[in-house]
Amino acid sequence: MKQFIEAVQKKLNTQFTQDRRKFLKVTGIVGAGFTLATLMPDHLAATESEETVASNELNAFVSVSSDGKITIYSANAEMGQGIKTALPMIIAEEMGARWQDVEVIQSPINQHKFGRQSVGGSTTIPRTWNQMREMGASAREMFLSAGALIMELPISELKAADSMISHGSGRFMTFGQLATLAAKQTVPDPKSLKFKDRDDYTILGSAISGVDNLALTTGLAMFGIDTQLPGMLYAIYHKCPAIGGRVISANLDEVKATPGIIDAFVVKGNNNVRELLDGVAIVGTNTHAVFKAKQALLVKWDESEASKDNWDELAERGSSLHGTRGSDVVINKGNVKSIFDDPKNTTLAAFYEYPFVAHLCMEPMNCTANYIKGNHGSKDQLEIWVPHQFPERSRSVLQSMFGVKTDQIKFHQMRLGGSFGRRVYSEYICEVCEISKRVGAPVKLTWTREDDIHHDFFRTGGFQSVKGAINPEGKLVGFEDHYIGTQINGQPVSGSRFSDTEFPLQNIDNVYASKTMLDIRTPCGPWRAPGSNTTAFVTQSFLHELAVAGNRDFVEFMLEILGAPRWFEKGNIRSLNTGRAAEVIKLAARQSGWGRSMPEGSGLGMAFYFCHAAHIAEVAHVSVDSNKKLTVHKVIVAVDVGPIINMSGATSQVVGAVIDGLSTMMAQKITMQEGRIQQSNFHDYEVLRMPNAPEVDVHFIQSDYAPTGLGEPALPPLAPAVGNAIYAATGHRVRKMPISEEGYSF
Amino acid sequence: MALYNLTINDVKTQLEVEPDMPLLWALRDILGLVGTKYGCGIALCGACTVHVNDKPMRACTVRVSDLVGKSVRTIEGLATSTTLHPLQQAWIAADVPQCGYCQSGQIMAAAALLKSNPNPSDADIDSAMAGNYCRCGTYNRIRSAIHSAAKAARLSYDATQRDVGQERKV
Ligand code: FES
Ligand code: FES
Repeated sequence: MKQFIEAVQKKLNTQFTQDRRKFLKVTGIVGAGFTLATLMPDHLAATESEETVASNELNAFVSVSSDGKITIYSANAEMGQGIKTALPMIIAEEMGARWQDVEVIQSPINQHKFGRQSVGGSTTIPRTWNQMREMGASAREMFLSAGALIMELPISELKAADSMISHGSGRFMTFGQLATLAAKQTVPDPKSLKFKDRDDYTILGSAISGVDNLALTTGLAMFGIDTQLPGMLYAIYHKCPAIGGRVISANLDEVKATPGIIDAFVVKGNNNVRELLDGVAIVGTNTHAVFKAKQALLVKWDESEASKDNWDELAERGSSLHGTRGSDVVINKGNVKSIFDDPKNTTLAAFYEYPFVAHLCMEPMNCTANYIKGNHGSKDQLEIWVPHQFPERSRSVLQSMFGVKTDQIKFHQMRLGGSFGRRVYSEYICEVCEISKRVGAPVKLTWTREDDIHHDFFRTGGFQSVKGAINPEGKLVGFEDHYIGTQINGQPVSGSRFSDTEFPLQNIDNVYASKTMLDIRTPCGPWRAPGSNTTAFVTQSFLHELAVAGNRDFVEFMLEILGAPRWFEKGNIRSLNTGRAAEVIKLAARQSGWGRSMPEGSGLGMAFYFCHAAHIAEVAHVSVDSNKKLTVHKVIVAVDVGPIINMSGATSQVVGAVIDGLSTMMAQKITMQEGRIQQSNFHDYEVLRMPNAPEVDVHFIQSDYAPTGLGEPALPPLAPAVGNAIYAATGHRVRKMPISEEGYSF
Repeated sequence: MALYNLTINDVKTQLEVEPDMPLLWALRDILGLVGTKYGCGIALCGACTVHVNDKPMRACTVRVSDLVGKSVRTIEGLATSTTLHPLQQAWIAADVPQCGYCQSGQIMAAAALLKSNPNPSDADIDSAMAGNYCRCGTYNRIRSAIHSAAKAARLSYDATQRDVGQERKV
């Protein structure tokens, strides 16, 4: 720890030289399992590591030095989902490494070496589970054969654990001692590798603190926005508040006269919102200067082709469709009409609504680029420091925009200050590359919070008109859903997908679902559990309405709909398994004391949802007072995503998703008028603060299925669980988000 | 542009900036102290929280010109020369950060709280921390880490060992 403190002190002493690289080189390894890598800017880490520890590379992900330090590359973007810790844990487990010996370094971007380097869709764990285990097991086998050679013992009698190879006789050699020889062993055929039994795990399933936590708590972690380069300039990029507006003219001379401004110019875009829209770039000597100059900027826009979207109009169009069917039929099974017409059945219809919401990543969009023009025959070079879920994705856009080849572009993966699906588009990369090229210097582009909200790719708003029938025994016998989503240029937006696998369409005999897509221009994109985060609210709230109408207990009602344990698609673990679903529902019920009597004004509400291969049930315990002040005391969550990799990280994902879900359902709503987004910052876009954070009690069922991701799926059940609890507490049904519009507040 | 003298992380510092330059951008862009973060620019998210004379302040709205003669502490200057601040230790032990972007501000807000109230209740914590938004929802771990740091601090923290006295100019 002492050396770490010295590192911090050195950092302070060198804070004015901006020579971070030099500072980093002179420091050594710091104690207590926290290592230099954690203090390094990610983009420097790779360079440093190649110089210092690459001597014994066992495979693309694992190197071991003779002092026993095990270096594991993390190849994917870290945005708070915890994979920079979780994936190396898998490797270390299979290797037989001690976690204290492991140092994790962000890898360079090199998909030939590391495989697909993208994150999103809660897919990283399931996608890399076998790859990571192979990397670990392969390194382990190489250590075993090195150990057998040196100790002259049969390999079958050796075991790898605690960063050493040992024999029953008590003889052992450490990984450090064996590293050089191990690296020379033949790399085993992946098919020959055997993975450890779960019962033998010592790392997986335990709670491990994030590998960057020392850097994060001392201010030394490098997010994209923290990039600093010698001679770097600072920029903003101002686009038309109505999406698609083109620049006619701007008061550039006035802007250039503002203190600290070096240049201001109009950029003609390609009219592609994911690439480069028209705008005005302002470049200066510091962020304050450019933010301030932006306030003096006056642009004349040609809005003839720009978005005219208007939320109120859209909501009217949506609600006018209540009780109708869409022309696009999703599923038509049995005969819902006869079920609804049968006078013995109780029939219920309802209309649900949810708004557009913003991503509001804590770190606003930003990117740093250095476009170096070639001269005397050398080629242009484009170097980019970017917080992005999938930097490679922008490569082809940049190639065509700047006429460069793939080897002229170099990405540095920076840490992401949140993403939630936001940082999958490349427009902020294109903007800064264009600006850097124009000014001939490295440039950091920082969006103001206002830019970040105005130019988001929003979670789309939408509507659902639902209808259901209960027979005299209180059984669900018919279900109909008219899904009213949004589309741009005839393509449903990311959050407007609705398919026939949606629960409970497959579970009952008489169902009808159809879709209508309303045309919009407002850009939309994935937002933590796209589609699911709104559909769960509708279907789970409405199923509760039906249970109430049938005088049924909701848990019983749900278990009845689920029926016998089975997979919906045999052999596909990404499909609903009614047995796993029933188990999480029962566990959440048990843990919450489901069925107990509650005092006046208090209630329990449950919801179950299946998405991203995760089966999750949540029970919310709430109180509502006469002024509709809502207190969510506790949320009990039962999760089955298979075995848990990092108990600490997994719990964080669930708790975070619950709080995110509650924050969103309470007060968040983006509206537009004449194509302009009407919210701009935290004063008109409210978020949940600490005093309103509920206690979250997380329970995992660690089933034997392969592990799947947890970044998103705990969010969707939250809103219906809370809505159902509000109903239990007050008899008032919430059918519209945000619930602040119906008078609720914290 | 004008010259302003203040102390940053115990180092006497002279800054030549515009009079309306918020401390946040002087720290980040001029001094390279990027641990203090930008989140909103209007004092509503807490990502930029620093201490000015031991009181929590939002660096995005306080101007350098208002800080002449004052002492500023940032996240980079929270650890002493021998040890991490109890909050930093508690944060690591409780694995608080998710994306981590808000955490400098959270820790600085918590450190100011413990300075004025070494034994805060849940309600004290909630009200002191209500201005610090966390998009990832780490509030519960923050609350428990503050409690455990408060406990540890009561047992041991000695904050008297900071290095002082260097001079520097920018
Ligand atoms: S950036 Fe200062 S409070 Fe948000
Ligand atoms: S940890 Fe991501 S914003 Fe707080």
